Amino acid sequence: MFQPNAEVRPPYQELLALVSSLPPEELRRRKQAADQSFLHQGITFTVYGKTEGTERIFPHDLIPRIITAAEWKRLESGLTQRITALNEFLRDIYHEQRILNDKVVPRELIYSCPHYRREMRGVTVPRNAYVTVVGTDLVRLPSGEFAVLEDNLRVPSGVSYMLTSRQVMKRVFPSLIRLCNVQPIDHYARVLLETLRSLAPGGRPDPTIVLMTPGVFNSAYFEHSFLARQMGIELVEGRDLLVHGNFVYMRTTAGLRRVDVIYRRVDDDFIDPLAFRRDTILGVPGLFNAFRAGNVALANAVGTGVADDKAVYAYVPKIIRYYLNEEPILPNVETYLLDDVASRSHVLANLDKLVVKAVGESGGYGMLIGPHSTEAERRKFHGLIINNPRNYIAQPTLSLSRAPCFVEHGLIEPRHVDLRPYILHGARTTIVPGGLTRVALRKGSLVVNSSQGGGSKDTWVLAE
Amino acid sequence: MLSRVADSLYWTSRYLERAENTARLIGVHINLELEQPRDASFGRWARVLGSLGLDKETARDLDSASLRSELCYDLANRASVVASIRLARDNARQVREQISSEMWEQLNRLYHQVQVSSEHDPASDDPVAFLDTIKEGAHLFQGVTDSTMNHGEGWHFIQLGRFIERAACIASFVDVHFEHYASDEAALRPGAGADAADYLEWIGLLKSATAFEAYCKVYTASIETGRVAEFLILDGTFPHSIRFSADMVHSALSAISDASPSRRSTSVMRRSGRLQALLGFSQVDEIIEGGIHHMLEDVGRQLAQIHSGIYQAFLSYPIETAIEA
Repeated sequence: MFQPNAEVRPPYQELLALVSSLPPEELRRRKQAADQSFLHQGITFTVYGKTEGTERIFPHDLIPRIITAAEWKRLESGLTQRITALNEFLRDIYHEQRILNDKVVPRELIYSCPHYRREMRGVTVPRNAYVTVVGTDLVRLPSGEFAVLEDNLRVPSGVSYMLTSRQVMKRVFPSLIRLCNVQPIDHYARVLLETLRSLAPGGRPDPTIVLMTPGVFNSAYFEHSFLARQMGIELVEGRDLLVHGNFVYMRTTAGLRRVDVIYRRVDDDFIDPLAFRRDTILGVPGLFNAFRAGNVALANAVGTGVADDKAVYAYVPKIIRYYLNEEPILPNVETYLLDDVASRSHVLANLDKLVVKAVGESGGYGMLIGPHSTEAERRKFHGLIINNPRNYIAQPTLSLSRAPCFVEHGLIEPRHVDLRPYILHGARTTIVPGGLTRVALRKGSLVVNSSQGGGSKDTWVLAE
Repeated sequence: MLSRVADSLYWTSRYLERAENTARLIGVHINLELEQPRDASFGRWARVLGSLGLDKETARDLDSASLRSELCYDLANRASVVASIRLARDNARQVREQISSEMWEQLNRLYHQVQVSSEHDPASDDPVAFLDTIKEGAHLFQGVTDSTMNHGEGWHFIQLGRFIERAACIASFVDVHFEHYASDEAALRPGAGADAADYLEWIGLLKSATAFEAYCKVYTASIETGRVAEFLILDGTFPHSIRFSADMVHSALSAISDASPSRRSTSVMRRSGRLQALLGFSQVDEIIEGGIHHMLEDVGRQLAQIHSGIYQAFLSYPIETAIEA
């Protein structure tokens, strides 16, 4: 929010003027109104590992995060470049494997990736859109520049918080939104629907599109039903679908109806007990074969997790140069691959300063934050890394940028934030100007995941 | 509409209707029990269990207070009021986005109220207030449903669940009552009044179908056994009569199959049409002559057939019959 010379960055000036002109009592009242509105809409998520009170409201911070038009333009072109290259990469490694033959990316890195799906070799997907929906995690470096921390290419979530948080802010700060000239994001659902429609097998006119959820007990169920409602499509579970003669049908009261496109919010492992994990009850037997036969489109396609593996992440700049012959617009965060002996010994010697992450995990699980860790935790990760170096990467502990947040007692204090914009890639690539800004609401904390005490705030991308 | 969604809507309303009928029946008998000799308790609760389709012998082992609390509060007992409310809510939760928020909130509120009552101390037990909460909650849900939900296919499945359950409950209540209080022929002679000693029990039967006031408006407060049977089984306008329920079942089924015509639904339509005709064209003296028990057993069987017909036609049909051309 501040420039290095401690002056308020210009876009925040009007916001700050308004917020500081409001008495604390008024701020608190607006905060309450916002919380009430989240509660009544049932905007909750589920925390795993606890039996009681598993449904919680997603904590929401009242003060928006501001991104200028120029910053956004750069993000937009950088993210488009990245998703284009990653889709090329996925098509390549599941077909000719040029990038492996040219030794730009090591073959063993790909084959040892837990999310690499041999079953996808030679499978053609509609429009070569392996990844249709991406939620890329960005952080702002001390230089003020944005860098990519993670690509989420499997089933990224959180977009409903972006959309509902804007609805709430419109109610709470109507005049300010107009004053700041904030770009709208409400067309997300429509764009998503168009993107999904563009994947219909054989360009079938008027395709049946469904959203497949693991069910009401999934932590993101609210989002699934929210998006299905916004798009006006059927929200299905695995048990609603069946495969007959390599076509997918859903069971309706009026008989079976053919399904053309499935926006699936179920992980690869669980979509088809015949192809992947046999013990799943969430999936549809035969779904993968129908997909391979080209009779149904899946968004995202199967096997995209190979490209957001945290070790493959380190190669994304090379991947961009290889396929697009361009310099990456958005940098990566410096990453140590622990296969390499030299970096491994460096990392093991500096566990208290670094962040270690398991390559296939997400949601803030399976990671060690060096500066905040205990001796025992470091010993545990030391052992884990020695046993399976391929499974871990290390990154410097980032000083995430901070944004002003409304904390208890009417005070405004800085908290660490990151940013997750959502990229839609079908016939063309669209990024709705906004994103989910996640906040580490605990003072000093660096973890922004909702499962670990994080919250969110609205993200305002300003028009020029 | 997805079959799973229709199924959940159907059971949401069936369980809620079941909770309401169970609550009303228990409420009536708690009231009647106050003024009867202690040793008559066994027979009364055995009849209550019988009316709910449960094992009568349980009444032998338990006193009336523990039976009552088991039927009201015991979650482990699937027939209890709280278990029904919970199952209704579980089903509604599966289709939360398909029903209106008002409906969900009403059912959720009812569930939480019931949870609180079922955990409380038995010493401060106020079953009457508890049962009133259930009845009111169920009525509110129906009202909210009718006024906030689109009267489309989903709503018709809710109607189906409500009225199939209602018809089955009333048939069972009437059957058990007549078996006990009107088993000999004299009691069923045309114009026979209720035995003075049993007068309150007959009112109780009417009240367990919310029918006492409605009956009085038609026949005055003079209770005649044949008229009670006629009113509860054959009345065409009273919403808790079996005939009225069968009419509603048939019209809901017609609306559903009109919306998506298919050969699969002919069988269930025939079944519900037959039940509607049976109730619409029967006369009470013929029913009495042929045996009320016999008739009500037949009604129960036909309702079960309609239930399985709904599954065959709309919810779990075989794939071969349904692949679109």
